[in-house]
Amino acid sequence: MNSIEALKELLYKIADDQLIIGHRNSEWTGLGPLLEEDIAFSSMAQDKIGQSEHLYNLLHQLGEADPDTVAFTRNAPQFHCSQLVELPIGGYDFSLIRHFLFDFAEYSRFEALKTSAYQPLAQVSKKFFGEIKYHTMHANTWVHQLGKGNEESNGKMQESLNYAWNYALGMFEPGPAEEVLIKENIFIGEIALQEKWFSMISPLLENSGLTIPSQAGWAPIYGGRVGEHTEHLQPLLTEMTEVYTIDPSAEW
Amino acid sequence: MVEQAITPAYIREELKQVKDPEIPTISIVDLGIVTGIDIKENNDIHVTLTPTFAGCPALRMMEDMVVEHLSSYEALGNITVETSFETTWTTDLITPEGHEAIKKHGLAPPKRNCGSLTMELLEDTHCPYCDSQDTTMKSPFGPTLCRSLHYCNSCKQAFEGFKPI
Repeated sequence: MNSIEALKELLYKIADDQLIIGHRNSEWTGLGPLLEEDIAFSSMAQDKIGQSEHLYNLLHQLGEADPDTVAFTRNAPQFHCSQLVELPIGGYDFSLIRHFLFDFAEYSRFEALKTSAYQPLAQVSKKFFGEIKYHTMHANTWVHQLGKGNEESNGKMQESLNYAWNYALGMFEPGPAEEVLIKENIFIGEIALQEKWFSMISPLLENSGLTIPSQAGWAPIYGGRVGEHTEHLQPLLTEMTEVYTIDPSAEW
Repeated sequence: MVEQAITPAYIREELKQVKDPEIPTISIVDLGIVTGIDIKENNDIHVTLTPTFAGCPALRMMEDMVVEHLSSYEALGNITVETSFETTWTTDLITPEGHEAIKKHGLAPPKRNCGSLTMELLEDTHCPYCDSQDTTMKSPFGPTLCRSLHYCNSCKQAFEGFKPI
């Protein structure tokens, strides 16, 4: 695999993760348990979708189709998002746990990419890194508050963490591009990223009274990066592309 | 009458008339997003902007506003605008005039953060109405990507802050 192909693979998986989690976040608009939370998830949705557009633009500069075409005309098997982001929003406990696990992974990812040898990616990563601090701060505040709340809230958060854990490990699915990306100093690779992420979230979860599933039971759910998805992704895409499908030239 | 020399400083001054569509008291220059002004042959002007937030919907509007504004000057040639991430925007790039303009709009200006963002920094926001420090941060997310929600315990007024980033 040459370095352009490797770079495209990296960009697609990050951009697709952002677009899909952005759409899921937006599903809380109007439904958040508090007005402030409604606004928080809506704002984060806007950040993620905005960031994905800039990443699709980088892909466009590398010869891929324009951002709208890429975002709105592919079917599930052509998406490279991890399965974690496509799962339905569930209860607020699950949405918060996913938000925590996903955003700390993004925090570590963009922190590493700030020094990428591929300058256009390093530049946007610096920008995204500044924005994502608000997302991790929000996630940690709620995970801590509910983890330390009472028996019921702690129980719900723990149950969601147990359910989300193997999906979260699936974010770090190594691909055929790893070796080239590491060699060319474009990216540190998924294994190193997972280690950074883990060392960051372990003390936070512990301080929140939550227990990370024991390593013996870890079974990462891979497949998302190569187009194998849960039954939940296609309905999401169908909904997301509804307007575009009716009229590709519509402006909104 | 002496003809006005077309220099980057002159263009920068003129761009002070282009305001942020979401906070119409602050110019894009004082907001710190004008990161490059190139004067080319025939007084063609190329302006570079850097995005405040990656998902900010006002970005394209501001690009169009720059073109529209500068196109009204007969002495200037073709106007082009590009958005680039080469300079990373932070709220530390907002000028002192910009801080005043933000306050005038009823928003608390962002504290200097030098790239380190903490909950304490967000909570330490002065009320834009009575300048009290006795305020409570209600939410780090507000009605637009760049705003947070606060409450002033002194003058009992809810207010918004421009988020430090």
